[in-house]
Formats: sequence, structure tokens, C-alpha cells
Amino acid sequence: MRFHHLLASAAIGFATLTASSAKAVEIEYWQYVFDTRVKAMNQLIAKFQEANPDIKVKQTTFPYADYQTKVAAAILAGQGPDVVQLFYGWTDNFIAGKMIRPLRAEAFPSTDIERDFFPIVSAMKRGNDYYGLPTAVRSLALFYNKKAFKDAGLDPNNPPKTLDELVTAAEKTTKRDSSGNIISAGMTLDMGGQDHQWWREVLIRQFGGVPYTENDTKVAYNGEAGLKALTFYTDLQKKHKVGQVGFMDEGQAAFRAGLAAMTIDGTFRLGSFNTIKGFEWGVVELPANAQGVRSNYASYFANAITTKAEGEKLAAAEKFLAYVSSPEAMKIWMEVVGELPARRAAALTPENIAHPVYGPFLKGLEYAHTTMFKDEAAQRQVTIDMTNRVLIGGEDPKTSLAKAAEAEQAIIDRAKR
Amino acid sequence: MSAIAHREAASGGLWSRMSLGQKQVIWAWGFLAVPLIFYAVIRFWPTFQAFYLSITDWTITRPATFVGLENYKRLFADPLFWQVFRNTFMYLILGTPISLLISFVVAYYLDRVRFMHSFIRALYFLPFLTTAAAMAWVWRWFYQPVPIGVINDILSSFGIPQQPFLRSTSQALPAVLAPAVWAGLGFQIIIFLAGLRAIPVTYYEAARIDGLSEGAILRKITLPLLKPTLVFLVVFSSIGFLRIFDQVYNINTNDPGGPLNSTKPLVLMIYQTAFSSYEMGYAAAQTVVLFLILLVISLVQLRIMRDR
Repeated sequence: MRFHHLLASAAIGFATLTASSAKAVEIEYWQYVFDTRVKAMNQLIAKFQEANPDIKVKQTTFPYADYQTKVAAAILAGQGPDVVQLFYGWTDNFIAGKMIRPLRAEAFPSTDIERDFFPIVSAMKRGNDYYGLPTAVRSLALFYNKKAFKDAGLDPNNPPKTLDELVTAAEKTTKRDSSGNIISAGMTLDMGGQDHQWWREVLIRQFGGVPYTENDTKVAYNGEAGLKALTFYTDLQKKHKVGQVGFMDEGQAAFRAGLAAMTIDGTFRLGSFNTIKGFEWGVVELPANAQGVRSNYASYFANAITTKAEGEKLAAAEKFLAYVSSPEAMKIWMEVVGELPARRAAALTPENIAHPVYGPFLKGLEYAHTTMFKDEAAQRQVTIDMTNRVLIGGEDPKTSLAKAAEAEQAIIDRAKR
Repeated sequence: MSAIAHREAASGGLWSRMSLGQKQVIWAWGFLAVPLIFYAVIRFWPTFQAFYLSITDWTITRPATFVGLENYKRLFADPLFWQVFRNTFMYLILGTPISLLISFVVAYYLDRVRFMHSFIRALYFLPFLTTAAAMAWVWRWFYQPVPIGVINDILSSFGIPQQPFLRSTSQALPAVLAPAVWAGLGFQIIIFLAGLRAIPVTYYEAARIDGLSEGAILRKITLPLLKPTLVFLVVFSSIGFLRIFDQVYNINTNDPGGPLNSTKPLVLMIYQTAFSSYEMGYAAAQTVVLFLILLVISLVQLRIMRDR
């Protein structure tokens, strides 16, 4: 009797085991290796699997180098991820390569997305379709060295709020040796860092222009606003002499070393700056212009569903994507990775806005813009070269700006082909 | 393949009818075939593929379509290509003679030094063993402006105005070249030393008995007899400078080949076109051009320096 019982329960157990293993759908998730991102995703996967026992998510990570090449090769070979993380600027490439699919409107209604997320999510929209959703977003802010401010007789609790105040503070905090060489900069100048985003999406707008028109396919900065923005930037070195391109090699290195009083950088730099021991630093919104106009540049990695996911895997992938872009996931991501939530409600809590570090970045998100890059590295290079022509070649800013506009338009046109 | 076929036939009696010499030849070719096939598959096949890719517009994500000579037309019309072309030859024209001259002088005198000879030789060889990337980073910091750049610190302590080095369109290329020359010295010195040692001492003894001056000995005996060594080093270092990449890339990672493309060699342009802009077809066309340049230069050098 007891033996029969045992046999029966074993049989039932076996049956349920096979049934559940047949029912469990395994989907694959890919992102690049970055310690905290992997950790956060592991937590999200554990929570998701708990709520959806019939779905198993396998996370695969790989080095950031050649990201696009690897994902493209895997998907084209019928391997690879069902849900993949991609930089918003690669969306066109991924769509052209038939690597990712539009989100089904039934599962992800655009009206909901546009109501709940920050407006920068529109960079994932093509026509009426969204191709992915971010968990977290990044924006820019002005970092300043409180010790350098105090030493220069400035109030460390009253950082610059406008561009004019920025220049004044930079002049006061710059230190020079007897030959006039800068030994500690007031402001870092590094187009290779985040300055090209600052120039493109912030300064040009503050001087009354727009960087691009027609969905970022036409360069529009070759005019008065662009010229004023470029002159403002290059004057920091040429006229005010408060910074120098190449000083301490990189802007962030100069700030880290305590040899620059101010630098513009993104949320992704927090991890690095949090380890600074030598001095206290603060963060403030990017300075406004004299009329109070503010702007910011935001970017993000989005999660998208690949063309590989079909049938029940597609359904599972949709559930997973919905979970990783839920408010709960965003909260975990912010705690573990330090990136800002992509949903307004999750981001703009009173507690977050009052946060001395996250606050300024979050305020920036409200009015941030996102450039639809065709080839980010090449477009950044255009800005680097434009500045160098003025600062090294002594070229007139107007000519240099015109050359930059032409070169960037050529890059955009070639990508459209 | 033929080796296997022959061995299969062995049971049929063909193998046993062969002479020992024929068998040895077959065995030799059997073994040689392995590296040859391997080499053909991983070297020649991709080379032919590159020729084919250069007439397509493949971008990894989009399928390749035939575009004829479009990539070449674009390349020759691109001012960047001509600038890069000039840079590449500047590396060659400056790098090869300077590095050979220095390494010959060092080798020539080191050959006469007995005191700590091996130690000094090892010191010269050390940079050659160092990773180019690590070295480029160290030099990158040497060239910084004050307060952290060693060279500029020294200059300004003597009251000399600091130099922009990597931030100047005219100084950047020599500044990038210097560590590359320095890194190659060790190898060239060792080869020169071997060449010098290979010249029979009796020639020198005879010349000294005849009363030839040191200068005449150098011109009439040492240099002519060093010619094979020289040919090897010229070809070898020329190819090295024409393919310079890691020093340039690492000494200025934020603006590789900058400022304003003044240090960008052809290989770096190829790399950026292929792996940053993903224009594989265009990059393949650049590769074909580089291949032809290397081929022509090597043939010309071999011809000029050939024994008449």
C-alpha cells in the first residue's frame, strides 16, 4: 500500500515535472559586461522568474567592444538574444539589419508610453512604432569642486546658475604659473567627452537656434546661433583663458585630480567621481542663458525584442520587456546602477528631486533633448575637428562652423542611403 | 590531398613500387600541405574576399550589393584620404632613415664596447619587448602640458615656453613617431650587430696594415658588406612604418589620428571606416590601396638595393 502510494506520487511528480519543463519557455537576454548592470539585471531576472514561473531568462554578457558586430552576427545566424540591450543611437542600424522588431501596440500602447515616460523615449519611435523601451536614462549636469570654490573665495553652496556666472566662476578658480600656463583649470574643455553634446543640444539652443531639423536629418546650426555657441565655447580658452583643450589629457581626469574646478559630465560618471577622496564636489543643473533658457542632453540604453523571438518566446519576451521597464525595475536599477528611472512617476518622486546628486540630473530630464545620431563617433569627430580648427589652426569660427556643418550633413546623408 | 590519395593506393601496390626517394617527397609534401592549406585559408582567401568586398557597399547589417568602382572613386575624391596618404609617407620618410641611422651608430659603437656589452644591448632591446599600447600611454603623459607633462615641465623650468606637442598639427606627427622609432631601435641594433660580427676580421686587419683611415674602412668595407643586413632592415622597417597603428591610436585615444587628422595613418583610417562607421566595402577598398602601396614599395626597394 505504502509502496503504491509512493509510486503514484512519484508518477505525479514526474508528470508535473515534465509538464512544467515543457511549459517553461527559455528566453535569452543580452547586454554588455558592466558589473553593476549585470548585478541589477540578475536581481530583475530573479524577481521576474518568481512572478512568472513558466518563463526562464538566461542572461548573456560580453565586452562592450564591437557590440553591434557581435549582436548582428549572432542574430543573422539565428542565434543570440530574444531581448537585447542597445544604445538608442543604434536603432536605425538594428532596424535596417532586421535585428529588432517593432513593439506590438496591443502590448505596449504608444499613448501609455508617451504619457508615462520622459519625452526622450521618442528616439525609439519610427513611424507609429516603438522599437524598444529604456529602463534608465542618463543626463548631463555641471560638477564643481567645492574646495576650489572655497579657495577662490566663492560660495561653495552657490554654484553658477547662468552661463555668465559660469565664466566668472571659471575665471576666479583658474590658477596659472608665472609664465601664464594654466596649472589648474576653471573649466574643462573636452569635446571628446560630453562637451560636444553640451554644444550641440544645449548651447546652440540657448543662443536661439536648433542643431538639426527634419528629424535630425538636416544640419541647422550653420547660422548665427551656431556661431555664437561655438564662439562662446572657444572663447573659454582663447579669450577668458579658463581652460585648455587637452589639459590633463581628459576633462574628467583633470576634475578627478582636483585640477579643474568645473566639468560637464553625465550620470554615468558618478561611479568614478564617487571614489574621489581629495575634495568634496557638488552637482548643479547645466547653467541657463541670460533669459533663463535651459536645455540638456539625455541618452539611454533601451531594451528591444529581436526578430529571433517567435510564438511563445515572443510572448515571454514581451512580458520580460514589460517587467524591466516597470517602475519596480527602475527603482532597483537606480539603487544598484545609479542611473535615473525612465518613467516620470518613478523618477520625479519628492525624495529623488531633493537628492543633492540625482536632483540636478532629474530636473535636466524634463527639458532634455536626444540627438538622433547616424554615426555618433563620426559626428562627435566633426565637433572635435571644428573646435581644433579654431583653437589650433587659428581659423575663423564662421568658416570652421560651415565646414563642420557640411561634413556632418555628408555623414547623415550617407547613412540614409 | 595527394598524399592521402597515394597512401590509400599503397595497398594496391603503388606505394610499395615507389622508390624511397619518391616516398620521402610524398611524405614531405604531406606535412608541408598542412601549414600551406592553413595559410591559404586564413591568409589568401580573406585577401581575395577583401578585393571582392571593395566593389560592394556591405555594412554588416545590410546585405552587400555590387557598386563597381564607386568606393575607389569616393576614396580618391576624399581629401582625408590624401592627407592620410601624406601622413603615412611622412612616417615612412622620417621613420625609416632616422631609425636606421640611430641604430647603426649605436650598433657600430656598441660593437666595440666590451665593458657591460650584453647589459647595454639588453637595455636597448627592452623597449622592443614593451607593448606599444602601454608605451604610447606613457609618452602621452610625457607630452602633456604643465603641470603633469615631464617634457614641458623641464622646458618651462628653463624658461622655454611650453610646446603643444600632441595638440599641434605640425608637432604631433614627429611626437607620435618618436616612441615608435625608439621602440624599434632594439631590434635593429641586434640585427646590425649580427651583421657587423659577420664581417671577417681579416678584412679589417688587412685594411689597417695598408693604413686605411677609420672613415675609409667604414665606407669601403663595413657598409658594402652590411648591404644584405641593410636591405632586410630597410624593407622590414618601411613596412612597419607604413602599417603604423597602435602607437598612433593609443597616444590620442579621444581623437585617434588627431588633431585634425594630422597623425592619422592609412591603417587607422581603415580601422575607423570598418569598425566605427561599419562601412566595410569602403574600408576594403582602402585596404586594397594599402596592399598595392606596400607591394610597390617593397618591390622598388628590393630592386634598388639588389646586388648588381
